Amino acid sequence: MTNNTFWGYRRENGRVGIRNHVVILPLDDLSNSSCEAVANNIKGTLALPHHYGRLQFGEDLELHFRTLIGTGANPNVAAVVVIGIEPGWTQRVVDGIAKTGKPVQGFSIEGNGDINTIAAASRVAKDYLQQASELRREECSLGELWVSHKCGESDTTSGIGSNPTVGNFVDKTDAMGVTNCFGETSEITGAEHLCKERAISPEVGEKWYATWKAYMDDVIEPNKTSDLSESQPTKGNIAGGLTTIEEKALGNLQKIGKTTKYIDVLTPAEEPVKGPGLYFMDTSSAAAECVTLQAAAGFVVHTFPTGQGNIIGNPIEPVIKLTANPKTVRTMGEHVDLDVSGILRREMNMDEAGDALLDIVIRTCNGRLTAAEALGHREFVMTKLYRSA
Amino acid sequence: MSSAPDFLVHEENDSVGVIVVEDVTTGQELTGWIMDNDATISITVLDDIPLGHKLALNDIKDGDDVIKYGEHIGRAVADIGKGRHLHVHNLKTKKW
Repeated sequence: MTNNTFWGYRRENGRVGIRNHVVILPLDDLSNSSCEAVANNIKGTLALPHHYGRLQFGEDLELHFRTLIGTGANPNVAAVVVIGIEPGWTQRVVDGIAKTGKPVQGFSIEGNGDINTIAAASRVAKDYLQQASELRREECSLGELWVSHKCGESDTTSGIGSNPTVGNFVDKTDAMGVTNCFGETSEITGAEHLCKERAISPEVGEKWYATWKAYMDDVIEPNKTSDLSESQPTKGNIAGGLTTIEEKALGNLQKIGKTTKYIDVLTPAEEPVKGPGLYFMDTSSAAAECVTLQAAAGFVVHTFPTGQGNIIGNPIEPVIKLTANPKTVRTMGEHVDLDVSGILRREMNMDEAGDALLDIVIRTCNGRLTAAEALGHREFVMTKLYRSA
Repeated sequence: MSSAPDFLVHEENDSVGVIVVEDVTTGQELTGWIMDNDATISITVLDDIPLGHKLALNDIKDGDDVIKYGEHIGRAVADIGKGRHLHVHNLKTKKW
């Protein structure tokens, strides 16, 4: 049923995307208004408003730039208009994106005002949109595909059905040369001994453990509360039958399959450079924060297993939902791209579920809109490491 | 067995199973499938348990580790009899 190719957009740097967005990208919160006005003028472009970009410093500022540049550089994006309050940092984002070879131009508001900025940026956005509309998909090998994974509103059916389905997909596609990524640092707590063993080498395992331990020491220990204030596990997790972070983590880790080893550990939004294989990225376990970081690292399609029914999408990286919970299929089926509840009834085995996920991933790559895209879910959430100056 | 089970168990030595059907009520005789070794077991359930929630597969004492996926998922904070509902009221994390 499925073959080993898909139809994608090959970008100037050779990477392959599955969408063809022209993005209007704000450097900072102050520039959201202009970006949204440009996207309103030029129908079919995509503004990505967010909350930050002022008075950040150090590693937190570096992450801000890495996320914005990575988002613009993602191969699902054909061209980018960047708007910032002042020209210096705006140009830094433009220069970062320009390394991919794709069309990108920056505009700054100080000395021009919103209205003149919007007019000038709209003219460029119009040209970019028309140029992008003439790009054509070409047949690409699955070995050129980068797929990220993260689960949400998990319940016990996630650990039984939808997460192992992703694991089966990861095991199969790892052998095909796909670049896969998982994350969610806090949510491996209770399964850290198992995760460390799944590294390709003891050195990579130690790198992973150091990343997890640093999060525990720097963030959890000084701030922790009982069950992290109903955040790990969440109210939804508990309603769905999960009880402890250990139980949630053991279910979470089903997503990396039974045999695949991860080959490197990435910082948030860091682009993988060691070639095809499975990567771990240090991320929050909050859905939109995690997927935004994975998209900024260059991942072009996402699988999202859910139990109770997380509805997240991402503006540039299509998010494919799967669930094994029959009640979720029944009560909120419009959010579900793949129903694997047959696993619970023994009507579907894991191999069949993994094949079904591969099939819907390829169809999504070829252009099928996900439920989240059709419903307009565009959650774009920057990760912030600490308070601004 | 090929009929749909009422609850699933990950590993042979797990002390809990997961209810995978709706509307389980006290006193029902439930059929469970152990995925690890493809065995079938049956248990009389002693509480109403929602889909996705767990039942105890044997008597668990206050302070015992609870096992799922063959791993510890936390510590019992009350005695939990075989067939009873096992959830946040009687199981607690050891992490935070």
